[in-house]
Amino acid sequence: MNQSRMPEVDGQASPVPPSTHSIQLEINGAAHALDVAPWTTLLDLLREHLDLTGTKKGCDHGQCGACTVLVDGRRINACLSLAIMQDGASITTIEGLADGDTLHPLQRAFVEHDAFQCGYCTPGQICSAVGLIDEGHAQTRDDIRELMSGNICRCGAYPNIVAAIEQVMAAARDDTSS
Amino acid sequence: MNNFSYTRVSDVASAVREIAADTTAKFIAGGTNLVDLMKENVARPGRLIDITRLPLNKIEATEDGGLRLGALVKNADTAYDETVRARYPLLSKAILAGASAQLRNMATNGGSLMQRTRCYCFYDTATPCNKREPAAGCSALDGFNRIHAILGASDQCIATHPSDMCVALAALEASVQVQSSEGQRQIPFAKFHRLPGDTPQIDNTLQPYEMITSIDLPPKSFAGNYCYLKLRDRASYAFALVSVAAALEMDGDRISTARLALGGVAHKPWRDGEAEEILNGKPASLKNFQQAAAAVVRNAKGYGENDFKIELAQHAIVRALQLAVSMEQPA
Repeated sequence: MNQSRMPEVDGQASPVPPSTHSIQLEINGAAHALDVAPWTTLLDLLREHLDLTGTKKGCDHGQCGACTVLVDGRRINACLSLAIMQDGASITTIEGLADGDTLHPLQRAFVEHDAFQCGYCTPGQICSAVGLIDEGHAQTRDDIRELMSGNICRCGAYPNIVAAIEQVMAAARDDTSS
Repeated sequence: MNNFSYTRVSDVASAVREIAADTTAKFIAGGTNLVDLMKENVARPGRLIDITRLPLNKIEATEDGGLRLGALVKNADTAYDETVRARYPLLSKAILAGASAQLRNMATNGGSLMQRTRCYCFYDTATPCNKREPAAGCSALDGFNRIHAILGASDQCIATHPSDMCVALAALEASVQVQSSEGQRQIPFAKFHRLPGDTPQIDNTLQPYEMITSIDLPPKSFAGNYCYLKLRDRASYAFALVSVAAALEMDGDRISTARLALGGVAHKPWRDGEAEEILNGKPASLKNFQQAAAAVVRNAKGYGENDFKIELAQHAIVRALQLAVSMEQPA
């Protein structure tokens, strides 16, 4: 495959487009130099090129939330994002949340509350919940439900998912107020 | 998804020059609609011009006392912006009624205006659709058309515009700032989206070589009495069957200025001057609300599965007006 630097257009006609482009991504704290085709989604890059299969492909159309990852700390649908457009970004997936063998508080809470059945949506649910807590707009259970509506759970574990998030949110609030 | 080439631009002048030079090219920003349409083979651009790094990502005051929303500001950042929340709460509520938190973190203001219909036939390349392929025929006219238009449709197309944000922008009478190699122009919001007529493949009056740079809100912000009421098949994360943006200026119990815009009912956010005139200068009474609601649907037409929308729209209008007066929030 033909490779080149990104064609920055700066007053000149762009060269003949290469089939792959070189990009830099930080993924779960590690720097990666990657060659990607323009049509490779961030989701496919993670799963197919980097074997980070924790991030799930559910609908592949932004309707289910199973592919939710954090880009520069914000939750997005990796299936609707072209990897090439994330050049320079910092990506956090479910594999990057734990600190060694110590689970992230949300991972622990999901286990404690039995917040899943089949588990397929769980990585997306947890990454989404990390984003939700950082955004700081949820105050009540209803807010959690509304702001987690982009993550579908066909097993119907919603009550336990909300309870797990509520617990971590309350703990985070106690931490900041004490 | 078809193969395409990719160009990243770093200034507006390059962006509009690039788009003018390549008729197969499309701008991409949030990508939440375009990437999806490309996966479905509905959109097949030969080239994507990535505009996400252009300096159009600010919300700032305008000289006339209004607010300029940069085309590349994310939906979430717009909805949660302190000035937008305080001065244009109708817009904030409408944005937060749409999509999911993830999508609002990706989607941009300009892209919200450019998103295409969610008509099932448009999305299904095995089904004839005049919007996707002119003169192919419309499969929704006599098909499953539960989500389709009741106002302003044509025998070519009964698709609806899916945006919530745009319904609020219509009520607020925003203006769209656009740029091309030839210069800048301003499109009043009511003239941005269009009705399908005989050319349903054209969603709006933006020219293919133009780019949206900002959406400007006028000083009049209706922060005192407003409501965005969205009715849909589930409580969250679904497109509107009917939505209503109601914005009122009150003088005691009387309405001095009424604005009503509807979503989910037409090819564009639907305004009706005649219905608003029924409310202007009148007491905020149930009778007047019902009269205005009846006026909005006076030329409405159902296509079978969506007949229910004609009655639903009227109840939604009355309810939104009541909530705008009382300033209770919709459940």
